[in-house]
Amino acid sequence: MSHEPATLEPGFRGVTADWSADKQAFPVPWGKAMMWIFLLSDTFIFSCFLTSYMNVRMSTTDPWPNTAEVFALTVGGHHIPLLLIAIMTMVLITSSGTMAMAVNFGYRRDRKRTAQLMFATAALGLCFVGMQAFEWTKLIVDEGVRPWGNPLGAAQFGSSFFMITGFHGLHVTGGVIYLTVVAWRVLSGFYDRKGTYETVEVAGLYWHFVDLVWVFIFAFFYLW
Amino acid sequence: MAVRQHDIETDVPVDHSSAHAAGHGAHAEGQQHPIKLYLWIWLLLFVFSAFSYMVDYFQLQGALRWTLIIVFMLIKASFIVAIFMHMAWERLALKLAILVPPLALLILIALMAIEGDYTFLTRLASFVK
Repeated sequence: MSHEPATLEPGFRGVTADWSADKQAFPVPWGKAMMWIFLLSDTFIFSCFLTSYMNVRMSTTDPWPNTAEVFALTVGGHHIPLLLIAIMTMVLITSSGTMAMAVNFGYRRDRKRTAQLMFATAALGLCFVGMQAFEWTKLIVDEGVRPWGNPLGAAQFGSSFFMITGFHGLHVTGGVIYLTVVAWRVLSGFYDRKGTYETVEVAGLYWHFVDLVWVFIFAFFYLW
Repeated sequence: MAVRQHDIETDVPVDHSSAHAAGHGAHAEGQQHPIKLYLWIWLLLFVFSAFSYMVDYFQLQGALRWTLIIVFMLIKASFIVAIFMHMAWERLALKLAILVPPLALLILIALMAIEGDYTFLTRLASFVK
């Protein structure tokens, strides 16, 4: 055990003690601290993308394509705006829910349930990437959207869209591989032998971050 | 390691197929929260996503639109970070180290907004007939 929470001071006195005392600053497993630092750096990357999107959208003199219409689906003769994006959002939130429960069962060292919930999370992630592939295909093939221009309006729409959703999709794809590997190791009893399930929690942090980024993309890119 | 929050024995079984607490391991570690908490947050995320979708569906416009979008977005983001990522139960030193640096982004956003406006006006003045 690297720490004993009961003896640590709370509040700002605790912050001073944690940062100035001759000891480990963050009393959490190192993998968790490093994942948080990585996610902080990733926050800056995604923020740069979203800020550049804001900048080009503000500065273009051409009208911005109406995203509600661009991402609409026609189901049974009904034209429903943003339907695909709404489904993708629900799928990603659900995957975050199953991941949170996987972490919880990991704490209890429930090998089977942890692995099941993680595989479910990975499957939902795969589902999300599949829908994204469908969305990209529709935009590229049917609508003729390109990074350098499109028939719907401002040319910057394509580059912003492909850059932001592409980078997010890459994160989801990487996450699916990551979760599958960790879930496999859970199932094989690797973490029981290692003596700790903290890797499951670290993987969970990454996956929740992917969901978190989507919350911002959904608000700024699709709804704005 | 100390059990920090709710003891697992107080776990409330809920009527979700995958949510029944299975055999508790002999060495529970990390933070223990009832599964019910996660299901609640999950439900709330669904509800707030539906609200955001409704903002677009009913074509609300202007200040009302972007206020609602941003409020719902921040509520969802807070739930994910605080509960799913367990930030609410971390020590203040870690909270500050992770949550304070992104505030610098507000300056970047402000600068780029000013720049965007300037570019827009320059384009209007010079390139658009």
